[in-house]
Amino acid sequence: MSPGVLAAVQFSWLAVLPLGIVALAAVAVLLAGARAGQDQGEALGWFSAAALAAAALPVLASLGRSRLAFDGTVAVDAYSVYFELVILFASAMTVLISLRYVAEMGLAPGEYYALVLFAALGMMLMAAADDLILIFLGLETMSLAVYALAGFARRQARSAEAALKYFLLGAFSTGFLLYGIALIYGAAGTLKLEPLRAALAAGTDHRTLLLCGVGLVLIGFAFKVAAVPFHMWTPDAYEGAPTPIAGFMAVGVKLASFAAFLRVFGLHLGALAPTWTAVVWVVAALTMTAGNLIALAQQSLKRMLAYSAIAHAGYLLVGMAAGSNEAAGAILYYLLGYAFTNLGAFAVVVALERRGVEHESIADLRGLGARAPGLSAALALLLLSLTGMPPLAGFVGKLYLFKAALDSGLVWLVVIAVLNSVVSAYYYLRVLVAVYMQEGGVAVAPLAARPALLVAVGAAVLGTVLIGVFPAPYVAAAGAALRSALSLSSPGPLALIAR
Amino acid sequence: MEGYLLTALVFSPLVGALFVLVPEDERGVWRAASLFSLVPLGLGIYLFVLFRPHEAGYQFVERYPWITRFGIYYELGVDGLSLFLVLLTTLLVALSMIYSAGGDIEQRAREFCFYLLVLEAGLLGALLALDLFLFYIFWEVMLVPMYFLIGIWGHGRKLYAAFKFILFTMLGSALMLVAILYLVGAAQSSLGRLSFELPVLYGARLTPGQARWLFAGFAVAFAVKVPIWPLHTWLPDAHTEAPTAGSVILAGVMLKMGTYGFLRFAIPLFPRVAIEATPLFMALAVIGIIYGALVAMVQPDLKRLVAYSSVSHLGFVMLGIFALDVQGVEGALYQMLNHGISTGSLFLLVGMLYLRRHTREISEFGGLWQSLPRWAAVFMVIMLSSIGLPGLNGFVGEFLILLGTFFKLRVAAVLAVLGVVLGALYMLWAYERVSFGAITREANRGLADLSPRELLVMVPMLVLVVVMGLYPGPFLRRMEPSVEVLLGRVRAARLELAQPVVKPQLSLAAQAPLRGKQVR
Repeated sequence: MSPGVLAAVQFSWLAVLPLGIVALAAVAVLLAGARAGQDQGEALGWFSAAALAAAALPVLASLGRSRLAFDGTVAVDAYSVYFELVILFASAMTVLISLRYVAEMGLAPGEYYALVLFAALGMMLMAAADDLILIFLGLETMSLAVYALAGFARRQARSAEAALKYFLLGAFSTGFLLYGIALIYGAAGTLKLEPLRAALAAGTDHRTLLLCGVGLVLIGFAFKVAAVPFHMWTPDAYEGAPTPIAGFMAVGVKLASFAAFLRVFGLHLGALAPTWTAVVWVVAALTMTAGNLIALAQQSLKRMLAYSAIAHAGYLLVGMAAGSNEAAGAILYYLLGYAFTNLGAFAVVVALERRGVEHESIADLRGLGARAPGLSAALALLLLSLTGMPPLAGFVGKLYLFKAALDSGLVWLVVIAVLNSVVSAYYYLRVLVAVYMQEGGVAVAPLAARPALLVAVGAAVLGTVLIGVFPAPYVAAAGAALRSALSLSSPGPLALIAR
Repeated sequence: MEGYLLTALVFSPLVGALFVLVPEDERGVWRAASLFSLVPLGLGIYLFVLFRPHEAGYQFVERYPWITRFGIYYELGVDGLSLFLVLLTTLLVALSMIYSAGGDIEQRAREFCFYLLVLEAGLLGALLALDLFLFYIFWEVMLVPMYFLIGIWGHGRKLYAAFKFILFTMLGSALMLVAILYLVGAAQSSLGRLSFELPVLYGARLTPGQARWLFAGFAVAFAVKVPIWPLHTWLPDAHTEAPTAGSVILAGVMLKMGTYGFLRFAIPLFPRVAIEATPLFMALAVIGIIYGALVAMVQPDLKRLVAYSSVSHLGFVMLGIFALDVQGVEGALYQMLNHGISTGSLFLLVGMLYLRRHTREISEFGGLWQSLPRWAAVFMVIMLSSIGLPGLNGFVGEFLILLGTFFKLRVAAVLAVLGVVLGALYMLWAYERVSFGAITREANRGLADLSPRELLVMVPMLVLVVVMGLYPGPFLRRMEPSVEVLLGRVRAARLELAQPVVKPQLSLAAQAPLRGKQVR
């Protein structure tokens, strides 16, 4: 083997080292879990969190490089680093939130944490993949793990129902995705994203075929990010899934899906932007409006958060519809703030559950402000960030997204979006009404007695505030991630899309 | 110290808000909160002393880069438009804190003080911010504490009132956010740099169409806050159901954020549109004046009466602002202060009455002059100030506004005078029913008159009512340079409007398809 090839192979394996760590940890947890008893569950959880943290080190080490590995199928750039770090963080948070929950609900810890790790593996693969088939592979790895996790409390009817619904619809949508990929391959003759971009720039004779393929792939992604009208599974899946997993679905799955969605559509299908941005415009408007309006009527906190997650997907799609560099940076920044805020909100819901009894109706929160002032203050802050109240992360994210969309001329879509924000204020504030202005409700265990949960909520709150008040470094990081991904496909201008 | 005076002013209430979380018992909380509400007041007075009266520009400017990527600065400054509103805010918060400590707030004192102080920080920040991003942050920060103040410590349909308040205001501010972002983008293309700074944005060149839409975006947000008829419907509910301190701050300061917004943002940013929209806003202002007065007249509830009187008084302020001349705008600024003092005092007085009788129905009272002589005397002075008796502060503001309006649009001035008459009518009538005559209800006998604490709260108000009525010079002198700057922009725009159009409309039509193409 010549030295050059050897170096390339070495580079390739280094590039997937983080994935390898997560995969090995998942197998180890699975094996250990088969022998471990229920009382060793927490140790498995801590091990999983440690493995996720360890995987972050090689991710960080690859920063500053911008190359393709494995014959142009895996991208090693700041874009993948950015998403992998946030995904690792989200997964570790999920593990921390789950520690006590898994024990109290009597779930099998080995399988549970192994599935979380496998899902994280798939998500990271989606963030790094530069090849349609690899994206599909990552998506399936993630999805299968999450399907199983959604139905993990298998003795509960609604958990089983959630998993079945999610699995059937998910499998159906994956079919769309795969078929779309096949059509794109038929039209462009390649599955790798870089050559695909070049092929599109050169023009193709099979434009109809290509557009059909792009449309089907769009549907596949729209399903994964829970965009209307492909959102039907979301509320049931979130409600039935164990609460930490609902948070994981709302944040992790969305992160990975948007990472791939943006890379494929924003970075490489820019030549076709006029066709798909028009579709995304409509989907974004529908998603925001439907998510927010239906959230108004929810009595269950988990369902409310599910519809709120749909609404937030809608805001992110506003950025996709804008289809500019600026908007792509905004999407990256928004997702970061969203990860902290939403995981925190789900962590608070987990904190309300006690000794195997879920307390998730908004009425259960009544009077919480007096009984658990710290937890209530955290919840209030996180919900205000989701509403988009300054100076929190949610506000700056929206501001950045809407600014970018306005610069692309999407004035009416932005007006729809801000009006939706006002609608959303009603249901988020309704929770605070219960917490602070009504009496009754249920007792909760103090957070101090559950250190992992305390750490998770604390990290979420701190992140939400810091990312909002001092956005500059995160905005810069998002921008750098994007530039890095763009420089991968050099030579070329920094313009994402020929607008 | 002077370099950081404004930052100290804005953040001192926040520091106070953290300190009220410390004491163990409620007495300690109230003591800490009252003390910390005096700090911004002290800083405000210090600012007043150091303020250079003849300077037109912003003073005590602090400017630090914050998010350079977007041209966002942490930028504070004070001028003649904001100086007195800052003072009013610090004064009213301090007085309502001291008043509330006297038994008006019976439960959850710690949270109450926390929210009130956070609210003060939001108000002061919005008044002093010179960067639109920073302004918007403070503008929204005000909402949440006020929402809690109404929702937790309010009366009657408090949740309904709180929701109505926050949703109305957010609807307006959401549209303003779009306008801000669009304005920044449009300014970027005309100035060549991205900036959220107000002084920079004043220089943006906009097409008439853009300016119209942007003005509308800002105007709706401010109009909800003022409130201008017909966007006022949240006000009677919020003011009536809020706890006394909440009503005082709502009426005393928060409504002025709307009128201040017109003076600081909507008019100087889009002077041509403001000139074009003058007839509309004058008409709405006159409708507000008369409508507010008529509805106030028939209110059986004293607090609701005061609330509706705000609609009428703020109509005067809007009238003066859109007169767009020195007398009108200065009168409007002056009237903003007057309304803060007199209506704030009226809410305090109604609150004191409610504490004693647990009702606010006018028909429940009568003959209070006999049982509560000191209360009735204070009420009389404040009431006379509110209806604009010469010699008291209300007269100066109303007179200047009517003078300014008279030269602009005589009909509006004449109709507004009708509002003055109606105002005197409902106030005097209410006063008569409450205070004069024989005591008709046994419950009104033997009530305790004003306590030393209540007197302490009311005395500064009475002093201001008289001083500002007899000696408006020091106030107007400090306002004038800044008002002149504002009107200079309006005059320049008026000249532009008066000039024959250099480019005929044809060029606009030719541009339209081109721009359409870019958007696609």
